[in-house]
Amino acid sequence: MKYWHIFLAFFIPGILGYGGGPASIPLVENEVVRRYGWMSVQEFSEMLALANSLPGPIATKLAGYIGYEQGGILGSVIGVFAAVAPSLILMIVLLGVLYKYKDSPKVQRLTLYVRPVIAILLGVMAWRFFHTSIEGIGVWQMLLITISSFLLIERMRVHPAIVIGVTLVYGAFVL
Amino acid sequence: MTGGIPLQQWRLMIAFFRVGMLGYGGGPGSIPLIHKEVVDKYEWMDEEEFGDLLALANTLPGPLATKLAGYIGYYVSGVIGMINAVLASIIPTILLMIVLLASLSSVRDVAWVEGMTAAVIPVVAMMLAVLTWQFFNRARQGMGWIQTVVMSALIFIAYQFLGVHPGIIIGALIVMAIGRKDKSSATEEGEKQ
Repeated sequence: MKYWHIFLAFFIPGILGYGGGPASIPLVENEVVRRYGWMSVQEFSEMLALANSLPGPIATKLAGYIGYEQGGILGSVIGVFAAVAPSLILMIVLLGVLYKYKDSPKVQRLTLYVRPVIAILLGVMAWRFFHTSIEGIGVWQMLLITISSFLLIERMRVHPAIVIGVTLVYGAFVL
Repeated sequence: MTGGIPLQQWRLMIAFFRVGMLGYGGGPGSIPLIHKEVVDKYEWMDEEEFGDLLALANTLPGPLATKLAGYIGYYVSGVIGMINAVLASIIPTILLMIVLLASLSSVRDVAWVEGMTAAVIPVVAMMLAVLTWQFFNRARQGMGWIQTVVMSALIFIAYQFLGVHPGIIIGALIVMAIGRKDKSSATEEGEKQ
């Protein structure tokens, strides 16, 4: 039963996540935090922070780690398989068909219509993270870290891994 | 295809290992790295084939990096190549993640570790907020402010207040996208006449 849940928890985000790995983050959160309760919002955000600061595809890192936490090595393999295999098989099978229609308005509309959903899911998740953070460290610390990390990553183009590293040091000594 | 199958497999493994270890920012962040290996270095595909592949991969659901790795591996040397390329791009970072997180959770209750994890949450929230804005912006560029705002508001109500599973919302929108008549192409034809 556990392995079946692990499979479902990553099969659903894998088959519904349009726009690559990051688009499936809120879908993974929906399964892992809301549905199965394997992690709290806090634990999920910690894991996401680390996953973001490590290299490589994000969706499979999450599937591999959460699968491992829930069901050991077999759980990890099942999670990754569920995340990767369906869309990959679809890709190889449908390549010819979709390639033929890639300029069709229907196919283009498909990608377009899904964007606001992903935006909403990401937005709700961001809001919940901010909320958790205010409860944990207060408004001013939250704003300080948010604004300075925004300026560093988005304006000054500092690599996120460096910013996360510096933030970890700040948290260890100041908070 | 020179060099025989073992050499080809070795090259696939090295190429996608490098992509996995150097690509920060999730799958989309590794696209330029895949391009470098596949088109420039090993010349498995030309520019145009790679562009088509990318467009197609973007219209399908699921993780992007593994779709590309899997398809390119399959294209270069069949099912074995597919498995090889996918594993090479994901296994190293999954192992890193498990090792680092396992050691982190054993010291979770120490005060300074709690401070570290508390400090990182706003950074992640900020990165998610930026990603949110990018998705809104691309939706707006594709279908204008009004439709984007109306759709977003309806989706927000369905997800947050009515508790509809996001999968159902996405499924409904896919049906809408495929089922809707192609108004834009019809008007274009009308304009031509």
